[in-house]
Amino acid sequence: MNKWNNNKAWFFILPVFVIVAFSAIIPLMTVVNYSVQDIFGPGQRLFVGVEWFKEVLLDVRLHDALWRQLAFSGLVLLIEMPLGIAIALTMPKKGWAASACLVILALPLLIPWNVIGTIWIIFTRPDIGLFGYLVNGAGISFDHTAHAFDAWTTLMLMEVWHWTPLVVLLAYAGLRAIPEAYYQAAKIDGASAWAIFRFIQLPKMRGVLTIALLLRFMDSFLIYAEPFVLTGGGPGNSTTFLSIYLVKIAVGQFDLGPAAAFSLIYFLIILLFCWLFYQALQAVGTGEKS
Amino acid sequence: MIIKKRTIGLIIYLALLFLPIYWMLNMSLRTNADIMGAFAWYPSDPTLTNYMKIFTDPSWYSGYINSIIYVTINTIISVLVALPAAYAFSRYHFIGDSQIFFWLLTNRMAPPAVFLLPFFQLYSTFNLIDTHIAVALAHCLFNVPLSVWILEGFMSGVPREIDETAFIDGYSFPRFFLRVFVPLIRAGIGVTAFFCFMFSWVELLLARTLTTTAAKPIAATMTRTVSATGLDWGLLAAAGILTIVPGALVIWFVRNHLAKGFALGRV
Repeated sequence: MNKWNNNKAWFFILPVFVIVAFSAIIPLMTVVNYSVQDIFGPGQRLFVGVEWFKEVLLDVRLHDALWRQLAFSGLVLLIEMPLGIAIALTMPKKGWAASACLVILALPLLIPWNVIGTIWIIFTRPDIGLFGYLVNGAGISFDHTAHAFDAWTTLMLMEVWHWTPLVVLLAYAGLRAIPEAYYQAAKIDGASAWAIFRFIQLPKMRGVLTIALLLRFMDSFLIYAEPFVLTGGGPGNSTTFLSIYLVKIAVGQFDLGPAAAFSLIYFLIILLFCWLFYQALQAVGTGEKS
Repeated sequence: MIIKKRTIGLIIYLALLFLPIYWMLNMSLRTNADIMGAFAWYPSDPTLTNYMKIFTDPSWYSGYINSIIYVTINTIISVLVALPAAYAFSRYHFIGDSQIFFWLLTNRMAPPAVFLLPFFQLYSTFNLIDTHIAVALAHCLFNVPLSVWILEGFMSGVPREIDETAFIDGYSFPRFFLRVFVPLIRAGIGVTAFFCFMFSWVELLLARTLTTTAAKPIAATMTRTVSATGLDWGLLAAAGILTIVPGALVIWFVRNHLAKGFALGRV
Protein backbone atom coordinates (compact mmCIF):
# COMPACT_ATOMS: atom_id res chain seq x y z
CA MET A 1 0.00 0.00 0.00
CA ASN A 2 1.47 3.32 -1.02
CA LYS A 3 1.39 5.78 1.84
CA TRP A 4 0.89 9.49 1.76
CA ASN A 5 4.04 11.54 2.26
CA ASN A 6 3.49 13.90 5.12
CA ASN A 7 5.96 14.90 7.80
CA LYS A 8 3.18 16.46 9.85
CA ALA A 9 2.32 12.90 10.83
CA TRP A 10 5.05 13.39 13.42
CA PHE A 11 2.50 15.32 15.48
CA PHE A 12 0.44 12.13 15.73
CA ILE A 13 3.30 10.16 17.20
CA LEU A 14 4.64 12.92 19.43
CA PRO A 15 2.68 11.85 22.56
CA VAL A 16 3.87 8.29 22.15
CA PHE A 17 7.43 9.43 21.66
CA VAL A 18 7.40 11.63 24.76
CA ILE A 19 5.78 9.07 27.05
CA VAL A 20 8.07 6.23 25.99
CA ALA A 21 11.26 8.28 25.88
CA PHE A 22 10.60 9.48 29.44
CA SER A 23 11.04 5.96 30.81
CA ALA A 24 13.41 4.68 28.15
CA ILE A 25 16.30 7.02 27.57
CA ILE A 26 17.59 7.97 31.01
CA PRO A 27 17.65 4.40 32.45
CA LEU A 28 19.35 3.13 29.30
CA MET A 29 22.02 5.82 29.51
CA THR A 30 22.53 5.04 33.20
CA VAL A 31 23.09 1.37 32.44
CA VAL A 32 25.56 2.29 29.68
CA ASN A 33 27.29 4.44 32.28
CA TYR A 34 27.49 1.53 34.76
CA SER A 35 28.88 -0.76 32.10
CA VAL A 36 32.06 1.24 31.57
CA GLN A 37 32.84 1.89 35.23
CA ASP A 38 34.01 -0.02 38.26
CA ILE A 39 31.76 1.09 41.11
CA PHE A 40 33.10 0.65 44.64
CA GLY A 41 30.53 2.72 46.46
CA PRO A 42 28.82 6.11 46.38
CA GLY A 43 31.12 8.57 44.63
CA GLN A 44 33.93 6.05 44.19
CA ARG A 45 34.13 4.86 40.65
CA LEU A 46 36.75 4.20 38.05
CA PHE A 47 36.42 4.35 34.29
CA VAL A 48 37.36 0.93 32.91
CA GLY A 49 36.30 1.23 29.27
CA VAL A 50 35.31 -2.01 27.58
CA GLU A 51 36.87 -4.30 30.21
CA TRP A 52 33.50 -5.56 31.50
CA PHE A 53 32.36 -6.29 27.98
CA LYS A 54 35.50 -8.35 27.36
CA GLU A 55 35.03 -10.22 30.61
CA VAL A 56 31.37 -10.96 29.88
CA LEU A 57 31.96 -12.02 26.27
CA LEU A 58 34.67 -14.48 27.36
CA ASP A 59 32.56 -15.99 30.16
CA VAL A 60 32.04 -19.69 29.37
CA ARG A 61 29.02 -20.02 31.66
CA LEU A 62 27.39 -17.19 29.78
CA HIS A 63 27.95 -19.01 26.48
CA ASP A 64 26.26 -22.09 27.92
CA ALA A 65 23.34 -20.01 29.16
CA LEU A 66 23.06 -18.38 25.76
CA TRP A 67 22.85 -21.71 23.90
CA ARG A 68 20.27 -22.97 26.38
CA GLN A 69 18.31 -19.77 25.90
CA LEU A 70 18.40 -20.04 22.11
CA ALA A 71 17.27 -23.67 22.24
CA PHE A 72 14.46 -22.76 24.62
CA SER A 73 13.18 -19.80 22.60
CA GLY A 74 13.51 -21.76 19.34
CA LEU A 75 11.43 -24.62 20.71
CA VAL A 76 8.87 -22.20 22.12
CA LEU A 77 8.37 -20.56 18.72
CA LEU A 78 8.27 -23.89 16.84
CA ILE A 79 5.55 -25.24 19.14
CA GLU A 80 3.48 -22.19 19.99
CA MET A 81 3.15 -20.49 16.61
CA PRO A 82 1.71 -23.46 14.60
CA LEU A 83 -0.38 -24.61 17.58
CA GLY A 84 -1.75 -21.12 18.14
CA ILE A 85 -2.72 -20.67 14.48
CA ALA A 86 -4.33 -24.13 14.38
CA ILE A 87 -6.42 -23.43 17.50
CA ALA A 88 -7.49 -20.02 16.18
CA LEU A 89 -8.70 -21.65 12.94
CA THR A 90 -10.82 -24.23 14.79
CA MET A 91 -12.47 -21.73 17.11
CA PRO A 92 -16.14 -20.95 16.54
CA LYS A 93 -16.77 -17.62 14.82
CA LYS A 94 -19.62 -16.35 16.96
CA GLY A 95 -22.14 -17.12 19.66
CA TRP A 96 -21.69 -18.17 23.25
CA ALA A 97 -19.13 -20.84 22.30
CA ALA A 98 -16.78 -18.18 20.89
CA SER A 99 -17.15 -16.10 24.06
CA ALA A 100 -16.50 -19.09 26.27
CA CYS A 101 -13.38 -20.04 24.28
CA LEU A 102 -12.00 -16.51 24.52
CA VAL A 103 -12.48 -16.29 28.27
CA ILE A 104 -10.95 -19.73 28.95
CA LEU A 105 -8.01 -18.90 26.68
CA ALA A 106 -7.32 -15.68 28.54
CA LEU A 107 -7.16 -17.28 31.99
CA PRO A 108 -3.50 -18.46 32.03
CA LEU A 109 -2.34 -15.09 30.70
CA LEU A 110 -3.81 -13.24 33.66
CA ILE A 111 -1.91 -14.98 36.46
CA PRO A 112 1.15 -13.08 37.73
CA TRP A 113 4.32 -14.80 36.56
CA ASN A 114 5.70 -15.66 39.97
CA VAL A 115 2.37 -17.30 40.87
CA ILE A 116 2.49 -19.37 37.65
CA GLY A 117 5.76 -20.93 38.80
CA THR A 118 4.39 -21.59 42.29
CA ILE A 119 1.21 -23.21 40.99
CA TRP A 120 3.24 -25.48 38.72
CA ILE A 121 5.45 -26.55 41.61
CA ILE A 122 2.46 -28.09 43.31
CA PHE A 123 0.76 -29.15 40.06
CA THR A 124 3.75 -31.34 39.17
CA ARG A 125 4.31 -32.80 42.64
CA PRO A 126 3.81 -36.56 42.51
CA ASP A 127 2.05 -36.74 45.88
CA ILE A 128 -0.44 -33.88 45.83
CA GLY A 129 -0.29 -32.43 42.30
CA LEU A 130 -2.55 -33.55 39.49
CA PHE A 131 0.11 -33.66 36.76
CA GLY A 132 2.77 -35.43 38.82
CA TYR A 133 0.14 -37.83 40.18
CA LEU A 134 -1.11 -38.80 36.72
CA VAL A 135 2.33 -39.12 35.12
CA ASN A 136 3.68 -41.22 37.96
CA GLY A 137 0.45 -43.18 38.01
CA ALA A 138 1.05 -44.03 34.35
CA GLY A 139 4.33 -45.64 35.40
CA ILE A 140 6.68 -42.94 34.17
CA SER A 141 9.11 -41.81 36.81
CA PHE A 142 9.13 -38.07 36.59
CA ASP A 143 10.97 -35.59 38.78
CA HIS A 144 11.80 -32.13 37.52
CA THR A 145 14.07 -31.43 40.46
CA ALA A 146 16.38 -34.34 39.68
CA HIS A 147 16.53 -34.84 35.92
CA ALA A 148 17.44 -32.17 33.39
CA PHE A 149 15.15 -33.67 30.75
CA ASP A 150 12.17 -33.64 33.10
CA ALA A 151 12.93 -30.08 34.13
CA TRP A 152 12.97 -28.99 30.49
CA THR A 153 9.77 -30.89 29.72
CA THR A 154 8.01 -29.28 32.67
CA LEU A 155 9.21 -25.79 31.76
CA MET A 156 8.22 -26.28 28.14
CA LEU A 157 4.76 -27.56 29.11
CA MET A 158 4.30 -24.62 31.46
CA GLU A 159 5.49 -22.18 28.81
CA VAL A 160 3.22 -23.65 26.10
CA TRP A 161 0.30 -23.74 28.53
CA HIS A 162 0.93 -20.17 29.64
CA TRP A 163 1.62 -18.43 26.34
CA THR A 164 -0.01 -20.28 23.42
CA PRO A 165 -3.29 -18.44 24.21
CA LEU A 166 -1.53 -15.17 23.35
CA VAL A 167 -0.82 -16.44 19.83
CA VAL A 168 -4.37 -17.80 19.58
CA LEU A 169 -5.98 -14.52 20.64
CA LEU A 170 -3.91 -12.48 18.18
CA ALA A 171 -4.44 -14.92 15.31
CA TYR A 172 -8.16 -15.14 16.09
CA ALA A 173 -8.57 -11.37 16.10
CA GLY A 174 -6.65 -11.25 12.80
CA LEU A 175 -8.96 -13.87 11.28
CA ARG A 176 -12.07 -12.00 12.41
CA ALA A 177 -10.76 -8.88 10.66
CA ILE A 178 -10.88 -10.56 7.22
CA PRO A 179 -13.93 -9.25 5.30
CA GLU A 180 -16.56 -11.85 4.41
CA ALA A 181 -16.24 -10.83 0.74
CA TYR A 182 -12.86 -12.57 0.52
CA TYR A 183 -14.38 -15.89 1.55
CA GLN A 184 -17.28 -15.45 -0.85
CA ALA A 185 -14.88 -14.80 -3.72
CA ALA A 186 -12.89 -17.90 -2.77
CA LYS A 187 -16.11 -19.95 -2.68
CA ILE A 188 -17.03 -18.82 -6.19
CA ASP A 189 -13.56 -19.83 -7.37
CA GLY A 190 -13.99 -23.21 -5.72
CA ALA A 191 -10.89 -22.80 -3.55
CA SER A 192 -9.93 -25.63 -1.18
CA ALA A 193 -9.64 -25.07 2.56
CA TRP A 194 -5.86 -25.18 2.23
CA ALA A 195 -5.89 -22.61 -0.59
CA ILE A 196 -8.08 -20.31 1.51
CA PHE A 197 -5.65 -20.64 4.39
CA ARG A 198 -2.54 -20.19 2.25
CA PHE A 199 -3.69 -17.33 0.04
CA ILE A 200 -6.26 -15.44 2.13
CA GLN A 201 -5.98 -16.16 5.84
CA LEU A 202 -2.22 -16.44 6.23
CA PRO A 203 -1.33 -13.26 4.28
CA LYS A 204 -4.10 -11.34 6.07
CA MET A 205 -2.79 -12.50 9.43
CA ARG A 206 0.77 -11.43 8.63
CA GLY A 207 0.54 -8.28 10.77
CA VAL A 208 -0.79 -9.96 13.91
CA LEU A 209 1.46 -12.99 13.46
CA THR A 210 4.51 -10.74 13.19
CA ILE A 211 3.56 -9.21 16.54
CA ALA A 212 2.85 -12.63 18.04
CA LEU A 213 6.21 -13.99 16.87
CA LEU A 214 8.20 -11.00 18.10
CA LEU A 215 6.39 -10.94 21.44
CA ARG A 216 6.87 -14.62 22.03
CA PHE A 217 10.52 -14.38 21.06
CA MET A 218 11.24 -11.40 23.30
CA ASP A 219 9.33 -12.66 26.31
CA SER A 220 10.66 -16.22 26.11
CA PHE A 221 14.20 -14.87 25.72
CA LEU A 222 13.70 -12.73 28.81
CA ILE A 223 11.95 -15.45 30.81
CA TYR A 224 12.84 -15.21 34.47
CA ALA A 225 10.17 -15.62 37.13
CA GLU A 226 8.68 -18.94 36.03
CA PRO A 227 11.88 -21.05 35.76
CA PHE A 228 13.37 -19.26 38.77
CA VAL A 229 10.43 -20.25 40.94
CA LEU A 230 9.94 -23.72 39.45
CA THR A 231 13.49 -25.04 39.07
CA GLY A 232 15.75 -22.25 40.36
CA GLY A 233 17.96 -22.84 37.32
CA GLY A 234 18.59 -26.47 38.18
CA PRO A 235 19.09 -29.34 38.37
CA GLY A 236 22.73 -28.37 38.04
CA ASN A 237 22.71 -25.53 35.57
CA SER A 238 20.41 -27.24 33.11
CA THR A 239 17.71 -24.55 33.21
CA THR A 240 19.91 -21.55 34.01
CA PHE A 241 18.74 -19.21 31.27
CA LEU A 242 20.34 -15.88 30.52
CA SER A 243 18.19 -13.80 32.84
CA ILE A 244 18.67 -16.18 35.77
CA TYR A 245 22.42 -15.97 35.28
CA LEU A 246 22.19 -12.19 34.94
CA VAL A 247 20.33 -11.85 38.24
CA LYS A 248 22.96 -14.07 39.90
CA ILE A 249 25.63 -11.56 38.85
CA ALA A 250 23.61 -8.39 39.44
CA VAL A 251 21.94 -9.24 42.75
CA GLY A 252 23.82 -12.25 44.04
CA GLN A 253 27.32 -10.87 43.59
CA PHE A 254 26.29 -7.21 43.18
CA ASP A 255 28.73 -6.74 40.31
CA LEU A 256 26.96 -3.78 38.77
CA GLY A 257 29.57 -3.16 36.04
CA PRO A 258 29.67 -6.67 34.53
CA ALA A 259 25.91 -7.04 35.03
CA ALA A 260 25.30 -3.81 33.09
CA ALA A 261 27.61 -4.92 30.28
CA PHE A 262 25.81 -8.28 30.28
CA SER A 263 22.42 -6.51 30.08
CA LEU A 264 23.50 -4.45 27.10
CA ILE A 265 24.84 -7.49 25.22
CA TYR A 266 21.66 -9.39 26.12
CA PHE A 267 19.59 -6.48 24.81
CA LEU A 268 21.57 -6.32 21.56
CA ILE A 269 21.13 -10.06 20.93
CA ILE A 270 17.35 -9.73 21.27
CA LEU A 271 17.40 -6.62 19.11
CA LEU A 272 19.36 -8.40 16.39
CA PHE A 273 17.03 -11.41 16.28
CA CYS A 274 13.88 -9.29 16.34
CA TRP A 275 15.21 -7.15 13.53
CA LEU A 276 16.00 -10.22 11.44
CA PHE A 277 12.56 -11.74 12.09
CA TYR A 278 10.89 -8.44 11.32
CA GLN A 279 12.78 -7.90 8.06
CA ALA A 280 12.17 -11.49 6.96
CA LEU A 281 8.43 -11.28 7.65
CA GLN A 282 8.14 -7.91 5.93
CA ALA A 283 9.88 -9.34 2.85
CA VAL A 284 7.57 -12.38 2.77
CA GLY A 285 4.52 -10.15 2.96
CA THR A 286 5.47 -7.83 0.13
CA GLY A 287 6.43 -10.80 -2.04
CA GLU A 288 2.96 -12.28 -1.69
CA LYS A 289 1.09 -9.12 -2.43
CA SER A 290 2.49 -8.78 -5.95
CA MET B 1 -16.74 -35.26 9.89
CA ILE B 2 -13.66 -33.10 9.59
CA ILE B 3 -15.36 -30.25 11.38
CA LYS B 4 -16.37 -32.59 14.20
CA LYS B 5 -12.81 -33.84 14.66
CA ARG B 6 -11.59 -30.27 14.84
CA THR B 7 -14.18 -29.41 17.46
CA ILE B 8 -13.12 -32.38 19.55
CA GLY B 9 -9.50 -31.27 19.26
CA LEU B 10 -10.44 -27.78 20.41
CA ILE B 11 -12.39 -29.12 23.37
CA ILE B 12 -9.44 -31.32 24.42
CA TYR B 13 -7.08 -28.36 24.16
CA LEU B 14 -9.33 -26.13 26.24
CA ALA B 15 -9.78 -28.87 28.84
CA LEU B 16 -6.00 -29.30 29.16
CA LEU B 17 -5.62 -25.54 29.35
CA PHE B 18 -8.10 -25.44 32.19
CA LEU B 19 -6.51 -28.23 34.25
CA PRO B 20 -3.88 -26.18 36.14
CA ILE B 21 -6.53 -23.52 36.79
CA TYR B 22 -8.87 -26.19 38.09
CA TRP B 23 -6.12 -27.42 40.38
CA MET B 24 -5.65 -23.92 41.72
CA LEU B 25 -9.42 -23.64 42.28
CA ASN B 26 -9.39 -27.00 44.00
CA MET B 27 -6.59 -25.91 46.34
CA SER B 28 -8.19 -22.55 47.07
CA LEU B 29 -11.20 -24.30 48.57
CA ARG B 30 -9.14 -26.42 50.98
CA THR B 31 -7.13 -25.65 54.07
CA ASN B 32 -3.37 -25.82 53.93
CA ALA B 33 -3.19 -28.92 56.14
CA ASP B 34 -5.72 -30.66 53.90
CA ILE B 35 -3.72 -29.80 50.73
CA MET B 36 -0.44 -31.05 52.14
CA GLY B 37 -2.10 -34.08 53.67
CA ALA B 38 -3.48 -36.01 50.76
CA PHE B 39 -4.20 -36.03 47.06
CA ALA B 40 -7.80 -35.17 46.24
CA TRP B 41 -9.54 -34.85 42.90
CA TYR B 42 -11.98 -32.35 44.34
CA PRO B 43 -12.35 -30.60 47.72
CA SER B 44 -14.26 -33.09 49.85
CA ASP B 45 -14.88 -30.51 52.54
CA PRO B 46 -14.85 -27.15 50.69
CA THR B 47 -14.15 -24.08 52.78
CA LEU B 48 -14.12 -20.39 51.98
CA THR B 49 -11.72 -19.38 54.77
CA ASN B 50 -8.93 -18.57 52.29
CA TYR B 51 -11.20 -16.18 50.40
CA MET B 52 -12.58 -14.67 53.60
CA LYS B 53 -9.06 -13.89 54.76
CA ILE B 54 -8.34 -12.00 51.54
CA PHE B 55 -11.61 -10.06 51.62
CA THR B 56 -11.31 -9.04 55.25
CA ASP B 57 -7.59 -8.27 55.55
CA PRO B 58 -6.82 -4.77 54.15
CA SER B 59 -3.19 -5.70 53.46
CA TRP B 60 -4.57 -8.30 51.04
CA TYR B 61 -7.46 -6.61 49.31
CA SER B 62 -5.70 -3.25 49.00
CA GLY B 63 -3.26 -5.03 46.68
CA TYR B 64 -6.11 -5.76 44.29
CA ILE B 65 -7.37 -2.18 44.45
CA ASN B 66 -3.89 -0.78 43.79
CA SER B 67 -3.32 -3.08 40.86
CA ILE B 68 -6.71 -2.29 39.34
CA ILE B 69 -6.07 1.47 39.66
CA TYR B 70 -2.68 1.58 37.98
CA VAL B 71 -3.58 -1.03 35.36
CA THR B 72 -6.69 0.97 34.37
CA ILE B 73 -4.73 4.23 34.15
CA ASN B 74 -2.07 2.49 32.10
CA THR B 75 -4.57 0.90 29.69
CA ILE B 76 -6.36 4.21 29.08
CA ILE B 77 -3.12 6.15 28.48
CA SER B 78 -1.67 3.44 26.26
CA VAL B 79 -4.68 3.13 23.97
CA LEU B 80 -5.31 6.88 23.76
CA VAL B 81 -1.77 7.87 22.76
CA ALA B 82 -1.33 4.82 20.54
CA LEU B 83 -4.44 5.44 18.39
CA PRO B 84 -3.19 8.55 16.52
CA ALA B 85 0.37 7.19 16.38
CA ALA B 86 -0.74 3.90 14.89
CA TYR B 87 -2.82 5.80 12.34
CA ALA B 88 0.22 7.86 11.37
CA PHE B 89 2.37 4.75 10.96
CA SER B 90 -0.24 2.94 8.89
CA ARG B 91 -1.13 5.84 6.59
CA TYR B 92 1.82 8.22 6.21
CA HIS B 93 5.42 8.26 5.12
CA PHE B 94 7.51 10.63 7.20
CA ILE B 95 11.13 11.12 8.13
CA GLY B 96 12.28 8.32 10.41
CA ASP B 97 8.97 6.44 10.36
CA SER B 98 10.29 2.88 10.11
CA GLN B 99 13.16 3.59 12.51
CA ILE B 100 10.86 5.05 15.18
CA PHE B 101 8.39 2.20 14.66
CA PHE B 102 11.04 -0.40 15.37
CA TRP B 103 12.67 1.65 18.14
CA LEU B 104 9.35 1.61 20.00
CA LEU B 105 9.42 -2.16 20.21
CA THR B 106 13.04 -2.25 21.38
CA ASN B 107 11.79 -0.88 24.70
CA ARG B 108 10.36 -4.30 25.47
CA MET B 109 13.72 -5.98 24.95
CA ALA B 110 15.75 -4.81 27.93
CA PRO B 111 16.39 -7.40 30.66
CA PRO B 112 14.89 -5.74 33.75
CA ALA B 113 17.32 -6.80 36.49
CA VAL B 114 19.88 -4.00 36.05
CA PHE B 115 17.37 -1.43 34.78
CA LEU B 116 15.43 -1.42 38.04
CA LEU B 117 17.95 0.75 39.88
CA PRO B 118 17.99 3.64 37.36
CA PHE B 119 14.20 3.37 37.15
CA PHE B 120 13.96 3.85 40.86
CA GLN B 121 16.32 6.84 40.71
CA LEU B 122 14.40 8.42 37.82
CA TYR B 123 11.02 8.17 39.52
CA SER B 124 12.49 9.32 42.85
CA THR B 125 13.73 12.46 41.13
CA PHE B 126 10.16 13.27 40.10
CA ASN B 127 8.85 12.35 43.57
CA LEU B 128 6.63 9.67 42.12
CA ILE B 129 7.70 6.68 44.20
CA ASP B 130 4.78 4.74 45.70
CA THR B 131 2.13 6.38 43.53
CA HIS B 132 -0.21 4.64 41.11
CA ILE B 133 0.71 7.01 38.32
CA ALA B 134 4.39 5.99 38.59
CA VAL B 135 3.63 2.34 37.91
CA ALA B 136 1.16 3.27 35.18
CA LEU B 137 3.78 5.47 33.49
CA ALA B 138 6.53 2.88 33.87
CA HIS B 139 4.33 0.22 32.30
CA CYS B 140 3.73 2.53 29.35
CA LEU B 141 7.31 1.73 28.41
CA PHE B 142 6.26 -1.69 27.15
CA ASN B 143 2.50 -1.25 26.68
CA VAL B 144 2.51 1.84 24.47
CA PRO B 145 4.83 0.23 21.86
CA LEU B 146 2.73 -2.91 21.93
CA SER B 147 -0.48 -0.90 21.45
CA VAL B 148 1.02 0.97 18.51
CA TRP B 149 2.13 -2.28 16.88
CA ILE B 150 -1.16 -4.12 17.35
CA LEU B 151 -3.31 -1.14 16.29
CA GLU B 152 -1.10 -0.46 13.28
CA GLY B 153 -1.68 -4.03 12.13
CA PHE B 154 -5.44 -3.62 12.35
CA MET B 155 -5.44 -0.17 10.75
CA SER B 156 -3.34 -1.35 7.83
CA GLY B 157 -6.06 -3.94 7.19
CA VAL B 158 -8.57 -1.14 6.54
CA PRO B 159 -8.43 -0.11 2.86
CA ARG B 160 -7.22 3.44 2.39
CA GLU B 161 -10.12 4.13 0.01
CA ILE B 162 -12.31 4.42 3.11
CA ASP B 163 -10.27 7.40 4.31
CA GLU B 164 -10.27 8.97 0.86
CA THR B 165 -14.03 8.54 0.38
CA ALA B 166 -14.71 10.06 3.78
CA PHE B 167 -12.54 13.09 3.07
CA ILE B 168 -14.23 13.57 -0.34
CA ASP B 169 -17.60 13.38 1.44
CA GLY B 170 -16.45 16.34 3.51
CA TYR B 171 -15.63 14.70 6.83
CA SER B 172 -13.15 16.69 8.90
CA PHE B 173 -10.25 14.62 10.22
CA PRO B 174 -11.35 14.34 13.88
CA ARG B 175 -14.91 13.52 12.84
CA PHE B 176 -13.70 10.92 10.34
CA PHE B 177 -11.37 9.39 12.90
CA LEU B 178 -13.90 9.10 15.71
CA ARG B 179 -17.07 8.40 13.72
CA VAL B 180 -15.78 6.25 10.87
CA PHE B 181 -12.35 4.91 11.57
CA VAL B 182 -12.47 3.97 15.25
CA PRO B 183 -15.67 1.88 14.84
CA LEU B 184 -14.00 0.05 11.96
CA ILE B 185 -11.07 -1.07 14.07
CA ARG B 186 -12.94 -1.71 17.30
CA ALA B 187 -11.83 -5.36 17.23
CA GLY B 188 -8.25 -4.09 17.29
CA ILE B 189 -8.97 -1.67 20.12
CA GLY B 190 -10.54 -4.46 22.14
CA VAL B 191 -7.53 -6.73 21.67
CA THR B 192 -5.13 -3.90 22.44
CA ALA B 193 -6.93 -2.91 25.63
CA PHE B 194 -6.93 -6.50 26.78
CA PHE B 195 -3.21 -6.94 26.14
CA CYS B 196 -2.33 -3.68 27.91
CA PHE B 197 -4.44 -4.74 30.85
CA MET B 198 -2.87 -8.17 30.92
CA PHE B 199 0.79 -7.18 30.61
CA SER B 200 0.42 -4.44 33.19
CA TRP B 201 -1.48 -6.78 35.50
CA VAL B 202 1.12 -9.55 35.57
CA GLU B 203 4.25 -7.37 35.60
CA LEU B 204 5.91 -7.64 38.98
CA LEU B 205 9.50 -6.33 39.00
CA LEU B 206 8.86 -2.71 38.00
CA ALA B 207 5.67 -2.44 40.01
CA ARG B 208 7.38 -3.77 43.11
CA THR B 209 10.43 -1.54 42.68
CA LEU B 210 8.40 1.64 42.32
CA THR B 211 6.06 1.05 45.26
CA THR B 212 6.35 0.46 48.97
CA THR B 213 2.94 0.40 50.64
CA ALA B 214 0.41 2.88 49.27
CA ALA B 215 0.42 1.49 45.72
CA LYS B 216 1.71 -2.02 46.32
CA PRO B 217 0.51 -4.43 43.62
CA ILE B 218 -1.24 -7.73 44.32
CA ALA B 219 1.53 -9.80 42.72
CA ALA B 220 3.94 -8.40 45.33
CA THR B 221 1.48 -9.05 48.14
CA MET B 222 1.28 -12.66 47.05
CA THR B 223 5.00 -13.23 47.50
CA ARG B 224 4.35 -12.73 51.21
CA THR B 225 2.76 -16.17 51.41
CA VAL B 226 6.25 -17.57 50.88
CA SER B 227 7.68 -17.33 54.37
CA ALA B 228 10.08 -19.17 56.64
CA THR B 229 7.28 -21.39 57.88
CA GLY B 230 6.59 -22.58 54.35
CA LEU B 231 3.91 -21.73 51.88
CA ASP B 232 0.26 -21.28 52.64
CA TRP B 233 -0.84 -22.99 49.43
CA GLY B 234 -4.54 -22.56 50.01
CA LEU B 235 -4.27 -18.82 50.54
CA LEU B 236 -1.95 -18.44 47.56
CA ALA B 237 -4.31 -20.41 45.34
CA ALA B 238 -7.29 -18.32 46.44
CA ALA B 239 -5.35 -15.12 45.72
CA GLY B 240 -4.35 -16.57 42.34
CA ILE B 241 -7.97 -17.33 41.45
CA LEU B 242 -8.92 -13.77 42.42
CA THR B 243 -6.15 -12.29 40.24
CA ILE B 244 -7.78 -13.92 37.21
CA VAL B 245 -11.21 -12.38 37.82
CA PRO B 246 -10.67 -8.72 36.72
CA GLY B 247 -8.94 -9.71 33.48
CA ALA B 248 -11.59 -12.30 32.72
CA LEU B 249 -14.18 -9.51 33.08
CA VAL B 250 -12.19 -7.34 30.67
CA ILE B 251 -12.07 -10.04 28.02
CA TRP B 252 -15.77 -10.70 28.58
CA PHE B 253 -16.51 -7.06 27.76
CA VAL B 254 -14.31 -6.94 24.66
CA ARG B 255 -15.34 -10.39 23.37
CA ASN B 256 -17.98 -9.02 21.03
CA HIS B 257 -15.54 -6.55 19.56
CA LEU B 258 -13.16 -9.42 19.01
CA ALA B 259 -15.79 -11.63 17.46
CA LYS B 260 -17.78 -9.18 15.39
CA GLY B 261 -14.84 -8.43 13.19
CA PHE B 262 -14.89 -6.13 10.31
CA ALA B 263 -18.02 -4.37 9.14
CA LEU B 264 -17.36 -3.07 5.64
CA GLY B 265 -19.52 -0.47 3.99
CA ARG B 266 -20.18 1.78 6.94
CA VAL B 267 -19.09 4.82 4.97
